[in-house]
Amino acid sequence: MSRQAGRGTEAKKVSAELFTLTYGALVAQLIKDYESDEEVNKQLDKMGYNIGVRLIEDFLARSSVGRCHDFRETADVIAKVGFKMFLGITPTVANWSPAGDEFSLIVDNNPLTEFVELPDGHQNLNYSNLLSGVLRGSLEMVQMEVDVTFLQDALKGDNTTEIRLKFIRRLEDALPAGEE
Amino acid sequence: MTSRPKQSILDKPLSKGKGDLNLSSFAFLFSEMVQYCQNRVHTVPELQQKLSDLGQHVGFRILDTLFLREKNYKREIKLLNMLLFVKTTVWKTLFGKEADKLEHANDDDKTYYIVEKDPLVNKFISVPKDKGSLNCAAFTAGIVEAVLNGCGFPAKVTAHWHRGTTYMIKFDEAVILRDKSMEGR
Repeated sequence: MSRQAGRGTEAKKVSAELFTLTYGALVAQLIKDYESDEEVNKQLDKMGYNIGVRLIEDFLARSSVGRCHDFRETADVIAKVGFKMFLGITPTVANWSPAGDEFSLIVDNNPLTEFVELPDGHQNLNYSNLLSGVLRGSLEMVQMEVDVTFLQDALKGDNTTEIRLKFIRRLEDALPAGEE
Repeated sequence: MTSRPKQSILDKPLSKGKGDLNLSSFAFLFSEMVQYCQNRVHTVPELQQKLSDLGQHVGFRILDTLFLREKNYKREIKLLNMLLFVKTTVWKTLFGKEADKLEHANDDDKTYYIVEKDPLVNKFISVPKDKGSLNCAAFTAGIVEAVLNGCGFPAKVTAHWHRGTTYMIKFDEAVILRDKSMEGR
């Protein structure tokens, strides 16, 4: 389904190192510009949100993914199609809550963190926090309000990086004109 | 609360750098960066300086990676070789192709130009009318500046709209003198 997506609009490529280093430059700049790690996290989330809002259009245009019917399907599409398309990796979907409204994305080989070592004194920095904003922003555009948090971060010495997504509610009133 | 990583980053093998990613991902990221910088400055030159600073962060880091990986740990010491290294190796690694042209200014032995018809970083940026001179390739200029400075070739690199985009490299006088003194050896 995803493989044959976007024929003719085949995604152009760019060096992964350029991307990684550019992101690093951004984070380093934010650390200079803001007082605390928490504020840097917030700023990264905000920029991620702005990206997510635009990225979803690119995603829907290039993939042949239709509307997801439940949160489980959403999780699959994010991990197998979304992450694959934009970061070239496929995180594992795990740790479902019994109610089916929460899951984790286990990310190995996060391309954002290649070359990265967190210096001491930044234990509160979520280096890849841009991702949570991207997830939040793009899902909001398909009428899903979600909460995104980092439970584990390989950069902080955890075994892996775990991003937790929690479904909050459907944004019924936000349907764009012309839909339905 | 958390333990330090068992393996430091230096224990890991250096990546071969063959990976690539969706261009859209880079374009989204870069456009957010430009907007972030724009919100914190008042003039076009300030904005370009900020982009150049970000580029320098990238340049200093790619530099060592490349000499380790591609050049057998050997730095360039001749000016021309250094410039060719930028035009070919640096450009290929970052942008997947060589820069279009490398030229020497006729009237000034300190000035060189790298010409690029259609720089990657400008593909997705529409320059507002009131900021006609803005060139986001200032980011690339910063990368080049950091690479040259990091190798002991102090220079100032700026991006201009000329035959596409032209990066103007102005070396310190000392660089030219040193290079001349090495000739013939």
